Amino acid sequence: MTAVLQIIFDALSLGSLYALGALGIALIFGVMRLVNFAHGDFIAFCVFAMLWPSIDATAVVFAGMLPFYLLIPLLLMIGAALSILSEIVVFRRFRNTNPATMMIASFALGFVIRHLMLMLYSSRPKSITLWPSLGLPVDFLGAHIPMLQVVTIVITLAALAVLVLFLKRTRYGLEMRAAAENFTMARMLGVRANGVILLAFAISGMLAAAIGLILATISGTADINMGANVMLIAFIATVIGGLGSVPGAVAGGFIIGAASVVFQATLPHDARVFRDAFVYGAVIVVLLVRPQGLFAPKSAKQRV
Amino acid sequence: MSKRPSVIRQTMLTPIVLIVVLLVMAALSYQFGTRAFNRTAVEMFINIMVVVGLYVFVGNSGLLSFGHISFMCLGAYMTAWLAIPPVMKSITLKGLPAWLLHTQLPMWVATPISGVFAALFALIVGRVIMRLSGIAASIATFGLLGVVNNVYSNWDSVTGGQGSIVGIPPTMNVWIGWLGAAVAIVIAYLYAISRSGLALRATRDESVAASASGIDIVRERLIAFVVSAFIIGIAGALYAHFLSIVNPGAFYLRTTFITLSMLVVGGMYSLSGAVTGVVTISVLIELFRNLEKGISLGALKVALPNGVQEIAIGIITIVILMYLPTGLTRNQEFSWRGWPMLRRLSRPVRTAMKELN
Repeated sequence: MTAVLQIIFDALSLGSLYALGALGIALIFGVMRLVNFAHGDFIAFCVFAMLWPSIDATAVVFAGMLPFYLLIPLLLMIGAALSILSEIVVFRRFRNTNPATMMIASFALGFVIRHLMLMLYSSRPKSITLWPSLGLPVDFLGAHIPMLQVVTIVITLAALAVLVLFLKRTRYGLEMRAAAENFTMARMLGVRANGVILLAFAISGMLAAAIGLILATISGTADINMGANVMLIAFIATVIGGLGSVPGAVAGGFIIGAASVVFQATLPHDARVFRDAFVYGAVIVVLLVRPQGLFAPKSAKQRV
Repeated sequence: MSKRPSVIRQTMLTPIVLIVVLLVMAALSYQFGTRAFNRTAVEMFINIMVVVGLYVFVGNSGLLSFGHISFMCLGAYMTAWLAIPPVMKSITLKGLPAWLLHTQLPMWVATPISGVFAALFALIVGRVIMRLSGIAASIATFGLLGVVNNVYSNWDSVTGGQGSIVGIPPTMNVWIGWLGAAVAIVIAYLYAISRSGLALRATRDESVAASASGIDIVRERLIAFVVSAFIIGIAGALYAHFLSIVNPGAFYLRTTFITLSMLVVGGMYSLSGAVTGVVTISVLIELFRNLEKGISLGALKVALPNGVQEIAIGIITIVILMYLPTGLTRNQEFSWRGWPMLRRLSRPVRTAMKELN
């Protein structure tokens, strides 16, 4: 029983992480059909923003020393600012181009950010300690659950609730959903394109910062590659959830998180390093049955 | 009645011009270049193979692929398994099956086998990926890159894990590089004028009309995917012979990005564009590499910090996409009617070309 409970919490917390990532990608995809390959580098950037640029082996903690009630808003703002900046400087010029061009542009932007970080911080992973008290386990029905997992799950659920309220109950949320459905039509009906897109980028950037914070707390290191792995899985999550569907992306994130944890627990020891390959194999099986994804939105169907 | 001009006669100049230009470059490099410069030239020829292979799929289908570098990985490791002397293999790669452990094949045999291996793999995964819609397929190819990298960097007994496998005979030179590039160009050209290539380009430009005309999109995409995997598998094999070591890190995001940006800079939808892009970016990389090493201006030695090269390539790619979305060649081929930039087309054709992109 306790083992099952442990697995459930592992699955939920990992799934939360992937769901946050998939959400950040799906929001931007919804409003401008951009698959943001720079998202992983946004995540890594937010982690490294806590450190002072130096290529020494030991990290010089900078913003990371702030108390949490300052650090969290600051990082969210950094994430949002980076994301908005990339929209204004780069993506705005690609609005009417085909998705392939936008993908390469975002890939190029991610590459630039990544190598900027490599230049400033070197490729060595650095240790960074945030809130060590979160690593302590709490007892829950006899299982030892790390506090951090509980916090991750709570934060994700809270973020999802706020987003749902925002999307369903506010004017801007309505505009964003309309834009995701049919951007041209929404504009004709008075939705301001720039406003909606900037908002989507800001939210996506904040989600990236949140992932960065959680990842840094879990692993205790800052690594240039830490964002890319989450991003890869978040992409797959958006595909199996159905591209363009925001709830689908979240569900896809949780499904992949659960699949990873189950594979991790059940695979023989030698095969565990290939866990991700097994997860992708499962994804391929899903896609064989439903090539359009599990929750394909109606708007994704091509009209002639 | 006028006879319809044959496709080959109309378009044959493109591959011929490209191959001859590359031959001149190879000859110049062989004659005047230093050893280091020759290595750069070989690297460029290998990149031409990769990018031309990428063009076969991306250019004809219009789908972006982030996964083709995994075919390079497959080809390179296959060559490593086939070409490393058995004595060395039995120490470093204990997990290989016995028949593979005791064979050693020369480059001329190992390279095509590596290409076929990559093509077979593409046939299997392509059957799944090609069924997805455009953007989802691109993302799935990115997943493919992740899977192959994950497997090859963790399967220690067969691939040597994160470390490098050494001992592949270093038998590459400029001429073999040129030959490889020429073969790639010829295959890409023949594919592009084949029935399947024409059908696939029709689906790229107007997918609904194409499928209404009876074109099986999934099938044509799969054919292009397999052909491009074969070319890139060969490129990977030659790359292994060139470096004489392989490690999984060489076939991941950096190479994927550099090759894609080469294709985009030159012009995604044309063979001439693929080659032009590689040459342009290779020259830029070499330039920045030298600048990073430092140049002396009189007494002053100026050097750019390491890493500027990648950042510059990234920015150049973005800028080219912004201002020349169809690349340096404007997606046109070298043809009988003159230099692509100066080529005079009738107005409707020009409008059509503009709308194309």
